[in-house]
Amino acid sequence: MAERSLLAGLRQGLESLGHVATAKVWRLGFAARFFVAILLNSGTAFRRFGLTIREIYFAGVLSMIIILVSGLFVGMVLALQGYDTLQRYGSSEALGVLVALSLVRELGPVVAGLLFASRAGSAITAEIGLMKATEQIAAMEMMAVDPIARVVAPRFWAGVISMPLLAALFSAMGIFGGYLVGVQLIGVDEGAFWSQMQARVDVRNDILNGVIKSVVFGVAVTWIAVFEGYDAPPTAEGVSGATTRTVVTSSLAILALDFVLTALMFTGGNAK
Amino acid sequence: MASVPIVEIDNVSFGYDAARPVLHGVSLRIEPGSVVGIMGQSGCGKTTLLRIIAGWLKPSAGATRVLGESVSELDSEGIFALRRKMGMLFQFGALFTDMTVFDNVAYQMREHTDLPPDLVSDLVLMKLEAVGLRGAAQLMPSELSGGMARRVALARAVALDPRLMLYDEPLTGLDPISLGVIARLIRTLNDSLGQTSIVVSHDVEECFGIVDYVYFVSAGRVVAHGTPEELRRSAEPFVSQFVRGEPDGPIPFHYPAPGYEADLAAHG
Repeated sequence: MAERSLLAGLRQGLESLGHVATAKVWRLGFAARFFVAILLNSGTAFRRFGLTIREIYFAGVLSMIIILVSGLFVGMVLALQGYDTLQRYGSSEALGVLVALSLVRELGPVVAGLLFASRAGSAITAEIGLMKATEQIAAMEMMAVDPIARVVAPRFWAGVISMPLLAALFSAMGIFGGYLVGVQLIGVDEGAFWSQMQARVDVRNDILNGVIKSVVFGVAVTWIAVFEGYDAPPTAEGVSGATTRTVVTSSLAILALDFVLTALMFTGGNAK
Repeated sequence: MASVPIVEIDNVSFGYDAARPVLHGVSLRIEPGSVVGIMGQSGCGKTTLLRIIAGWLKPSAGATRVLGESVSELDSEGIFALRRKMGMLFQFGALFTDMTVFDNVAYQMREHTDLPPDLVSDLVLMKLEAVGLRGAAQLMPSELSGGMARRVALARAVALDPRLMLYDEPLTGLDPISLGVIARLIRTLNDSLGQTSIVVSHDVEECFGIVDYVYFVSAGRVVAHGTPEELRRSAEPFVSQFVRGEPDGPIPFHYPAPGYEADLAAHG
């Protein structure tokens, strides 16, 4: 009897494991098809660029305050920490390079991406989820307007366009923060700070790679955000769960993609 | 009647999954110019039927012809083309909350036509005038009452003068005045614009007041149909229970359960 119930429990466990696994794979496949559908229905987002501009305002422009303030503080902290380490080796004039490379290669795209996911990604998911819950998406379909072309694609492209610009602003503000603390507060030589930065930061290896990262993060975050919104169960719990999943999944995606991209970009022959 | 029906559903079955069929062999005909009610309890499959007519759901068996097209054979472009000839009023209006009343009504004209802005403006004001809300054109949906929101949604649904209007529970959750207004609008718009309308509802009195013909759906089957007068006189047990709102009858008051005594004893 006990043996039988053990076997039944084991079978039930395996079944539910299989069920969860197939559900996840099915959802991943659905997300991939959704991505293709966005790309195929992107014509409207560019033909009527006003739709995309409006979303750039909501996703990008309204995220600027948090991006600029965070960038400033991150740059200031980098300068404090970097100076502390560099001056032990007598190379405190390399502070500019350290701040710039850290920001342009890593912290700019990654931290801006994380902030973008929590500020704009969550808003996109909640908006699309609520449009679905209040039957606005259904009403659009009933009026023979494709919601993927009209609602999803403009938001997707707005995110993809905004993200590299926000990362660039983050890095620029961070470098300014590093300058304030390093040069104005601590007294590192201003000429050395800027000239070393200019000499050692490479446009292709550092800046372009940083931009590529931020574009990839922009695609990942916005794809996750629009998919979660569109796939959200049309209830209060459904939309709140989807919003949380957007922030969690896109944050993890940014960190994992960052590792992969860094490994591809900055190892072997490309290492500086 | 010799005229070609606007909607013809022949022996349609549907289930969201194989284990739980929602519709079993439903057949109905809707004649041009009529207002037809589809009535039944919540969950009986009437909204599903509406969604099949709109090409949202594909039936597992049977044929659906709407405005002369076989819906299940259309691809997504064909469905969209068909929907431009249809309008739908959703239960709670489903207005776009980020647009004014004016922009909501203008939405389809701007999406589907190249009409000059002056003409769009005139048309929108005419549609709003028809539902009595021209003065509310610049309000946002959040500033409207439930009844006003539904009237705006009605103006939006008829913006491109659809030949077929679908109403999903248009009378639910309204105060008596708004309810009377919406019910009268459904009838007058249908007659003045030469439409055909399908009203899904469980509001017996208001619905009977405006429809020409009624199909009663229960547990996924058409159990009775006829004009409101015929159905009022009907001896069919389900119809008389529904029309008179009796708590018990063919539709039992109790959800299926094991024996009462045994259940009480089991919980000790």
